[in-house]
Amino acid sequence: MSEEMEAISCALPHVGSTVIRLGHGSGGKMTANLIENVFLPRLGNVILNQLEDASIISLPDNAHSQIAVTTDSYVVSPIFFPGGDIGSLAIHGTINDLAMRGAMPLAITAGFILEEGLLISELTQIITSMQEACTRGQVNLVAADTKVVGRGAADRLFINTTGIGIVRFSVPPSVKRAMPGDVIIVNGDIGRHGMAVMATREGLELETTILSDSAPLHRIVESILPLEHAVHCLRDITRGGLAGVLTEIATASNMGVLIHESEIPIDPQVNAICELLGLDPLYVACEGRFVTVLESARADEFLQLMNERWFGEYSFRVIGKVVEEHRNRVVLRSRVGGNRIVDKLSGEQLPRIC
Amino acid sequence: MKYVDEFRQLELAENLSNQITKVTTRSWKIMEVCGGQTHTILQYGLQDLLPETVELLHGPGCPVCVTPLELIDKAIAIAQQAGVILCSFGDMLRVPGSKTDLLEARAYGADVRIVYSPLDALAIASKNPEKQVVFFAVGFETTAPANAMSVYQAKRQGIKNFFLLCSQVTVPPVMASILQAPNNLVQAFIGPGHVCCVTGCREYEALSRHFRIPIVIAGFEPLDILEAIFQCVVQLENGKAHLQNRYSRAVTDSGNQPALRILSEVFDVSDRVWRGLGTIPKSGFKLSNAYKDFDAEKRFPVQYITAPESKICISGQILKGLKKPFECVAFGRQCTPEHPLGATMVSSEGTCANYYKFGIAQIT
Repeated sequence: MSEEMEAISCALPHVGSTVIRLGHGSGGKMTANLIENVFLPRLGNVILNQLEDASIISLPDNAHSQIAVTTDSYVVSPIFFPGGDIGSLAIHGTINDLAMRGAMPLAITAGFILEEGLLISELTQIITSMQEACTRGQVNLVAADTKVVGRGAADRLFINTTGIGIVRFSVPPSVKRAMPGDVIIVNGDIGRHGMAVMATREGLELETTILSDSAPLHRIVESILPLEHAVHCLRDITRGGLAGVLTEIATASNMGVLIHESEIPIDPQVNAICELLGLDPLYVACEGRFVTVLESARADEFLQLMNERWFGEYSFRVIGKVVEEHRNRVVLRSRVGGNRIVDKLSGEQLPRIC
Repeated sequence: MKYVDEFRQLELAENLSNQITKVTTRSWKIMEVCGGQTHTILQYGLQDLLPETVELLHGPGCPVCVTPLELIDKAIAIAQQAGVILCSFGDMLRVPGSKTDLLEARAYGADVRIVYSPLDALAIASKNPEKQVVFFAVGFETTAPANAMSVYQAKRQGIKNFFLLCSQVTVPPVMASILQAPNNLVQAFIGPGHVCCVTGCREYEALSRHFRIPIVIAGFEPLDILEAIFQCVVQLENGKAHLQNRYSRAVTDSGNQPALRILSEVFDVSDRVWRGLGTIPKSGFKLSNAYKDFDAEKRFPVQYITAPESKICISGQILKGLKKPFECVAFGRQCTPEHPLGATMVSSEGTCANYYKFGIAQIT
């Protein structure tokens, strides 16, 4: 479910709105409304209605083997950004949606929509980057399609992917499985991807060294397997940010979530740009970060295992817990001790003007 | 020292919280004027750190909220004209007019752009001489100098396709208007730090003296706000009423002189309509005669638009600190950030929008 944030240029629906607006792609309330009102009533079924990162399908002749299927579209602008490009992002995002259901990727397909006028050298660079991402992730791209549209009918290059994976967890992690007392763990600082892309946008001219955190997460998930029975949810943090993931977990599991602002890791540069633009880092997209919801009794063991195995690459830490109070809601204890509710984003984040 | 993290420390916040509790012997109502301060208070849950007897009232300092509905309709009508590029800060785009908003106008094909500075809008005008570029100039004394600079530059550069749709308002007149109201509840003010960076402190000193009310100018970090509350309570408990500048790392007595010079060069003081509050005399700016050619309202005569406000909305009373959002029957029901009925729900700095976003009604 990864996609690019259009964080500064979109908004809320006006009542009676009859057209699609950028806010419908935010991953927040507007997207949820669109899914609920337009897609699910017509396309919904017992599998699609689960609204997980990837769907789990049992093979008819083998009740013990389950596959995970996901699809995703990539429309990031600009197509090259610090720390990656649309090609590697597409492969990583697809792998990650599978990994979050405890599945290892088996095969990926890709459809390309190219705008007339795109430089072939740029396309080549992106395809090379996809190939490298596939090699690193040890997954094959097994089918592809290309369409070209007239100038202005697309923005340079869009990619749609499908991913198929084999489920390795005996019970697939799910947003619905958070239990009271579970701890909430992240694998690193949040918001790098969103801010790396934002900083390159025209009109901002911010000089930063922030690189996107875009990365494949399936090897990390594989390394969690020894503790799989303690893992209740895995969810990658994409558009909608950490807040989006936690509100989904709270509502899908009918539990409360309590997080501590001072425990949430944020890079100082990311924080600085957020402050400058009036953005809340809790809502900024990542592409290589995920939330683990885990039985608290296994938390120490988990942290030790993961921080040793991934030392220097990822830093796992507990940022909060699942509680029975304030069900369906995420509450943040601020660094000065007060509380506030963290809601799903209404429309998109906009810079405050003073 | 980054002047940020230092002002968010837990131990110092707890310390101030204890001191406030210690000095408070009766109930006090303190208003923070600026929407940015309201945001900090709710973002950090500062009310949780105060004794129940110290109540914060949230003031009218959100420029987006107080921009009249008619002017938003006017901006939309201008944006819908052929050959126009309408530029604005992001917040204004989502503010509903009486029928639609700028984002919907954009979805239907109007050229509406977000800029971070009015000078970016001027650059767009310079690059697109065949287009008419309008900047929706909204804000308090904080945004006014940069907005003034854009027309100042336009005149000097001979750019004739750039216009301001001006809704500039000023803080001291609205503070006076709140204090003059017969049912006023405000006993002390937390002064607007960033406005005072531009204007200096003197007008606030006069206000404090005239109305015999404590005013403590403060910054926007949680410790800034807690410190200002502490100073307000100390003054109130001791029967004092004077101005204190507790944001001296940014605010001087006399303000930002170059900024003030450009304001007086480009703008004249004028009466202004405030959404939710009505007309307040001499409470804003309009372009002066020398710059009238840059006035979008003159260049794009739009038919007079009347836009009735919702009858159930109590945003006028909320802006004056007379009521809290959860005292409104529509709050969180008919009135949400997705469908605001009035001024205080429309911007991220509006009191109702902040209460809704940070779930104040549900926690308390």
